[in-house]
Amino acid sequence: MAQTLYDKLWENHVVHQEPDGTALLYIDRHLVHEVTSPQAFEGLKMAGRKPWRISSIVATADHNTPTDHWDEGIKDPVSRQQVETLDANIKSVGALAYFPFRDPRQGIVHVVGPENGATLPGMTVVCGDSHTSTHGAFACLAHGIGTSEVEHVLATQCLLQKKSKTMLIAVDGKLGKGVTAKDVALAIIGVIGTAGGTGYAIEFAGSAIRGLSMEGRMTLCNMAIEGGARMGFVAVDDTTINYLKGRPFSPTGEIWDKAVAYWRTLHSDAGAHFDRTITLRAEDIRPQVTWGTSPEMVVAIDGLVPDPAKESDPVRREGIERALQYMGLSPNTPMQKIAIDKVFIGSCTNSRIEDLRQAAVVLKGRHIAANVKLALAVPGSGLVKRQAEAEGLDKIFIAAGFEWREPGCSMCLAMNADRLEPGERCASTSNRNFEGRQGSGGRTHLLSPAMAAAAAVAGRFADVREVL
Amino acid sequence: MEKFVRLDGLVAPLDRNNVDTDAIIPKQFLKSIKRSGFGPNAFDEWRYMDVGQPGQDCTGRPKNPNFVLNQPRYQGAEILLTRANFGCGSSREHAPWALLDFGFKAILAESFADIFFNNCFKNGVLPIVLPAGEIEALFRQIETTPGYKLVVDLPAQAVVRPDGHGIPFVIDAFRKECLLNGWDDIGLTLRHADKIKAFEEKRRVEQPWLFAQ
Repeated sequence: MAQTLYDKLWENHVVHQEPDGTALLYIDRHLVHEVTSPQAFEGLKMAGRKPWRISSIVATADHNTPTDHWDEGIKDPVSRQQVETLDANIKSVGALAYFPFRDPRQGIVHVVGPENGATLPGMTVVCGDSHTSTHGAFACLAHGIGTSEVEHVLATQCLLQKKSKTMLIAVDGKLGKGVTAKDVALAIIGVIGTAGGTGYAIEFAGSAIRGLSMEGRMTLCNMAIEGGARMGFVAVDDTTINYLKGRPFSPTGEIWDKAVAYWRTLHSDAGAHFDRTITLRAEDIRPQVTWGTSPEMVVAIDGLVPDPAKESDPVRREGIERALQYMGLSPNTPMQKIAIDKVFIGSCTNSRIEDLRQAAVVLKGRHIAANVKLALAVPGSGLVKRQAEAEGLDKIFIAAGFEWREPGCSMCLAMNADRLEPGERCASTSNRNFEGRQGSGGRTHLLSPAMAAAAAVAGRFADVREVL
Repeated sequence: MEKFVRLDGLVAPLDRNNVDTDAIIPKQFLKSIKRSGFGPNAFDEWRYMDVGQPGQDCTGRPKNPNFVLNQPRYQGAEILLTRANFGCGSSREHAPWALLDFGFKAILAESFADIFFNNCFKNGVLPIVLPAGEIEALFRQIETTPGYKLVVDLPAQAVVRPDGHGIPFVIDAFRKECLLNGWDDIGLTLRHADKIKAFEEKRRVEQPWLFAQ
């Protein structure tokens, strides 16, 4: 019978199945960071249990780490304690790899895993972080878990799971100039809504998806969770295999050949059944910007802030009104008339080399507008940072008035010192525009790196297609 | 984990779609390395007029009188009634920890985000999906009935209103069993340790690239 990619990945990991369909799934890769792991390590210790397979663990500190003045360490004592707790836990337990604060390969866990070849096709990848869906770009069954499950994976190398429904999102055609994976992701969420993918595993397919680089596919799969789906993935092709060749933890020699032969089978068979199918035309997707406090509150850059009076559902109407009040916006305002205070280019969604290149193309020879108080460029990892510097991108960012920072999660969730002040409006390449996400009272608008760069230069949201 | 069998509790309404985990427990409180003590900071940005800091004593902080959970009639509530896509956003288990520490043992909603839904079961919190029409009716009843209580009967898989109207709900048999008995997942899984070992050994031979040292 024709199988979906999800069926294949699932079947390959079932250790045991309960009568009600709950399965014990084997976990190949366990990514660990400082925020969601301390209670799990403590639970393990209290129960007198040992980690099942240390070589499955790849760990890094990313959420709390500062992005400047690394020589001064972590000033916030509460953040420092959390990072030091991870240091101590990994020291006592062990790991395949640990990239601690200030390590040359430290960075955002979802950037670090793939770039080191620690994320390989066909793996189950979990992490106490919802953006673990990122790794689906490599045809992995990858999703976020809570801390109890982090402990469960540490202790048993397995997770209790029920099979999800399947959704195929096909984007065919050619993306227009200035339209990136982020715009595709936001456009999809605009169509299905933030709960549209709840209960589903999404496979992204179609010629526009196949045309994306691995960086672009990671951006897309990263945002699957913002569409409600714990996981999103893309089938293996030459782009996947070429990306993985020669990475530190990628196989070599005969084992590489054997792996590639298996990886080539990781696609949905022709005629496979999906519970739901959504089709988009690549040519219809324009650069996107969110206007509200949920990623589904999104419009194209040539659009207007919506008018709640036009919404018939009372709960939704109230939701729009509340969002507009929080965001300080009036109905029917053209998006391009909205001025910004800060710009953030970074996060596990958009901090990879391609993202920085796309922003740099816009920023080259230009400068941020006078009303932009702060523009941050935060590479996703030490490796991304050095690659960007080797290409001279840092000089472009700095000449344009950006601050060129050290890697980390930074202002995506503002657990470190990088944050918005109340009322400040930010053009952000991150993934969530929830109330208070980037700082209490802060106003977040999600967009692509190229669009963030265009907004930085204009001092308001601008159509990147007009400056490319 | 505490057992969950039957709950007869006061209900508090949170009339919003898409309540995200950043709202349930803001990021600054995630710096804690403990599992407990998040209750005073549940819904921190909506609940207080000032910006909360980790480790702060919350008793003297100015409360937002407009936030529903601050109203006297909902003090001591154990059941939260809300709308669609509750618990969307991050995987932080601090969200169910905060709700439980606040006092909520059951949450009734039109729908939940997957990771949050799953995290609830690991902590003895019962998330219940009910049809939109039933949710709407409950919101209307609460509004007009001070001290509105519901009975959540897990063995019978029903939410029972004061007027005797029972609303059935669905739950996986395995999860129900775990809640009723307060079972620890890890202990259950380790009963299959031999199977896991055998699976792993086979995998190591067939897909050696997954076992880089």
